[in-house]
Amino acid sequence: MHDPLIIAEKEISNRLFIGTGKFPNKAIIKDVLNAAETEVVTVALRRVDLDSKEDNVLDFIPETCTLLINTSGARDAKEAIRIARLAKATGCGSWIKLEVIADNKYLLPDNLETLKATEVLADEGFTVLPYMSPDLSIAKKLAKAKAAAIMPLGSPIGTKRGVKTKELIKILIKEIDLPVIVDAGIGYPSEAAYCLEIGCAAVLVNTAIATAKDPVTMAKSFDWAVKAGRNAYFNATKAESDLANPSSPLTGFLKNL
Amino acid sequence: MSFYDVYLKYKDFPFEEYFLKISKNDIIDSLNKHEPEEEDLLSLLSPQAENFLETLASKAKDLTQQHFGKAIVLYTPLYLSNYCENECAYCGFNIRNNIPRKQLDFYELRKEAETIAKTGLKHILILTGESKKITPLSYIKQCIEILNQYFSSVSIEIYTLSRQEYKELISLGVDGLTIYQEVYNQESYNKLHLSGPKTDYRFRLDAPERALMENMRTVNIGALLGLKDFRSESFFMLMHAYYLQHKYSQAEISISVPRIRPQVDEFIPPSSVSDKNIVQIITAARIFLPRIGITLSTRENKELRDNLLPLGVTKMSAGSITTVGGHTICEPYDKKTSQFEIADKRGVSQIKETLLNKGYQPVFKDWVGHVKDEKIKI
Repeated sequence: MHDPLIIAEKEISNRLFIGTGKFPNKAIIKDVLNAAETEVVTVALRRVDLDSKEDNVLDFIPETCTLLINTSGARDAKEAIRIARLAKATGCGSWIKLEVIADNKYLLPDNLETLKATEVLADEGFTVLPYMSPDLSIAKKLAKAKAAAIMPLGSPIGTKRGVKTKELIKILIKEIDLPVIVDAGIGYPSEAAYCLEIGCAAVLVNTAIATAKDPVTMAKSFDWAVKAGRNAYFNATKAESDLANPSSPLTGFLKNL
Repeated sequence: MSFYDVYLKYKDFPFEEYFLKISKNDIIDSLNKHEPEEEDLLSLLSPQAENFLETLASKAKDLTQQHFGKAIVLYTPLYLSNYCENECAYCGFNIRNNIPRKQLDFYELRKEAETIAKTGLKHILILTGESKKITPLSYIKQCIEILNQYFSSVSIEIYTLSRQEYKELISLGVDGLTIYQEVYNQESYNKLHLSGPKTDYRFRLDAPERALMENMRTVNIGALLGLKDFRSESFFMLMHAYYLQHKYSQAEISISVPRIRPQVDEFIPPSSVSDKNIVQIITAARIFLPRIGITLSTRENKELRDNLLPLGVTKMSAGSITTVGGHTICEPYDKKTSQFEIADKRGVSQIKETLLNKGYQPVFKDWVGHVKDEKIKI
């Protein structure tokens, strides 16, 4: 089935986005991306070393991938905007994973500063995918500010605690007319599959793959899980429901009347 | 509120007496806690916890990989001057030491910067002795402007400054401050800092906070281990780190665990700190503050540095030289003119190779502090 995710008019077949921050070496990044056939890859601009002949992380990313530059390290809208503009000026493209974090203890995003930066960057023509705490009001404002997708956290970055915010994410999926991509906290392929099953457009994974015993095999496992989750989303017989559905209907007697 | 209030709260705490009461179960409880508190830190730093060192190490390793991955940021120090007005009993730059004094001129600074930059390093830490007459802030500022042309991150480990002075350096692009309290115990501090501006304990203690009030990006603190018993000193240092992280959560707070190294006047440290003790401090630090950076300098030898790597370290110095001009114009490891003796003399490429062999990614660039290409308008 042809089922691409479309962001800023770009067709994306693979709904597993991969982050590049925590790998034991840069060479393995290429193997991971190839194994998972990933199409969208996040790279923190703070780690891009254009002067280096052998250590520039961009050299390890296949040309077929779309770079999603991460504004990691930005503590407010101003810093995030500066990093995004710098990324564009240095040839890293205009797809931005907007990350504004003023809390280094839990690495939780600052939704208000994220909104401010989204308004400016989207207006300048950037494709902005903001990392956010799953809050409906902010999500609506991000949509109004022309974010290309929203990236709510499943749980704090690097914790591998799974999709603790699932109820809030479900609300975003239902109410926001943008792709919802779960960004942080996914520790296992089963959790990635779950995100796709409930209707997320994609997931972004870094820690769980980068710190695995065998990152390449783990990346492939995530790829399978994401595909399985998407298939399940289309083919599950019945969505989970909060309402009772008894096997012996209480109103069955009406048929005999 | 300053960290000094926290210090006063624990100043007369009977550490040794308290440690005697810590049981095996206390340590197990502390190890199992999701968010350890002050009493857990004491348990983890206790003599009894040495029996659980492997468990501490295992937990510290897991937490480090979870939060920082398998990546180590590299930097190197660059000494601008060894002129100093302070009389610190343990330091090679002590005003009483009859050593050749040297300050880099800007031509020499460029030569040093060019040589270091050729190694691929993008993070530089500048150091000076404390002499506002010979190395005034105006000189430091000019040095920073030069270094901005070679490095993407410039940090300072210089004499303590006022808020306004930190603000001025931050506006020039300085993004990191390293400052060691040296010894948290105020009585010991007063005994070891005999004369000069550094005798002001409180002004030094509050320096990280003054920089953070001006929005300094990273602050690295530490106690010079060996000046006082390491358990109480590590407790104060980590409580200081906790205080700063809690109050200035926008900043990246990190710690160092420097041990006194031999230097010119052969100062004998009043307290001993073994390799085992260093392991306990690093692992306890990681468990108590999982998100904190831990910096490991070349004060330690290569075997120990390599073994400490997985236990919590996030940043390492490489190709370090503690002599002014030691990269290009002077003998790099001259005992007479260096601040202390380097124990790990491996160059940047050797450190890089070691890290890769051990399954760690050497990170040369981890911030975008400056835009040296003037064609780029942002």
